[in-house]
Amino acid sequence: MPDRLKDYRAAFDDIPGTRVYTTERARAGYWVNQFCMSLMKPENRERWKADERKYLEDWPMTDAQRDALLARDYNRLLDLGANIYYLAKVFSTDGLSFVQAVSTMTGMSVEEYQKMMLAGGRSPEGQRSIKEGR
Amino acid sequence: MARISAGLATSHIPLIGVAIDQNRGGEDYFKPILAAYDWTRRWIMQPENKPDVVILVYNDHASAFDMNFIPTFAIGCAESFEPADEGWGRRPVPTVKNHSELAWHIAQSLILDDFDMTIINKMDVDHGLTVPLSAVFGQPSAWPVQVIPLAVNVVTYPVPSGNRCWLLGEALARAVASFPTDLKVQVWGTGGMSHQLQGARAGLINKEWDQRFLDDMTRDPQRLRTIPHIEYLRETGSEGIEMVMWLIMRGALSAQARELHRAYHVPASNTALGHLVLENVK
Repeated sequence: MPDRLKDYRAAFDDIPGTRVYTTERARAGYWVNQFCMSLMKPENRERWKADERKYLEDWPMTDAQRDALLARDYNRLLDLGANIYYLAKVFSTDGLSFVQAVSTMTGMSVEEYQKMMLAGGRSPEGQRSIKEGR
Repeated sequence: MARISAGLATSHIPLIGVAIDQNRGGEDYFKPILAAYDWTRRWIMQPENKPDVVILVYNDHASAFDMNFIPTFAIGCAESFEPADEGWGRRPVPTVKNHSELAWHIAQSLILDDFDMTIINKMDVDHGLTVPLSAVFGQPSAWPVQVIPLAVNVVTYPVPSGNRCWLLGEALARAVASFPTDLKVQVWGTGGMSHQLQGARAGLINKEWDQRFLDDMTRDPQRLRTIPHIEYLRETGSEGIEMVMWLIMRGALSAQARELHRAYHVPASNTALGHLVLENVK
């Protein structure tokens, strides 16, 4: 019997350079994302900025998640269940805009990324499916 | 009786709010972004067009809802809602005033129509709701319309299907039509168009796909109902999925709805800005 839910999710993994926020990621990323939400309060942002590692002691996340947060490795964080709208609280606290933070995930410099956007954005050609190469 | 007079669709890109809040509309980058709304700003304030109430379909971006509560469809029923502090302070925009009686009426009608809405009283509203209001109304001291927030989960998968959104729109139309007070109501669908904010594929824009979607909002709206999640993701980027919210608006209008205005511009931040105004022709 075909597994409808498995097929639904498997198709997402066929999209290049993309982590869809599935139920599996939502389950794995609960504490990372809730930590991110805590940065919406100014007093928490101050405590976080004063000592990031110490602040994270209050949040029962995995070592891999903690290290990726400290390194601002956003692609890794997406792999580990964080969601971009939650991570926005972290890079906003760092004073980064969406364009600046998003460009760090693409392997391009901010300038190169902005130039690409001004020229009409990234073409979908070759970016739709890994399996079908289209 | 209350009636739906028009539908409006627009992106809700935070940068549009920045341009307006910081009075930077004169900068070359922002001119075409704000110009997309010139026609609409004049049209909507004419007495024959100005709605009493806007049902504003949007998504919360981890502001009012966190990982503890993820409602698929939620309706705001309180008297008013404050702009959210999304991490850089509240936007300097007016408090959003609801038509609470109509909101509760709609909640009741939708639930009896098999849409199990989450009813929200206390919540702040983020850029998803306030940026469209700023784009269309500028910087008034009070919003000139009452607003019913209708929040849709388009962040945690599975999000509702396009068809489910369309059917919710149809149920919204029935709910509005059964409200006994004379009111002019608009439905706004927000979010989109193509954009991806994450991963190595970030920055994806698909003009051809977006243009066809804009065309078919009036030419072949039935086609749009059946677009699966995977097509939005592959073709329009991971955040292009927000366009299912446009289908709630479209489902609330008649089959004959007519396009009055259209704008499309790339880029606004990471996103293709799309904007439509549709007249609800009976």
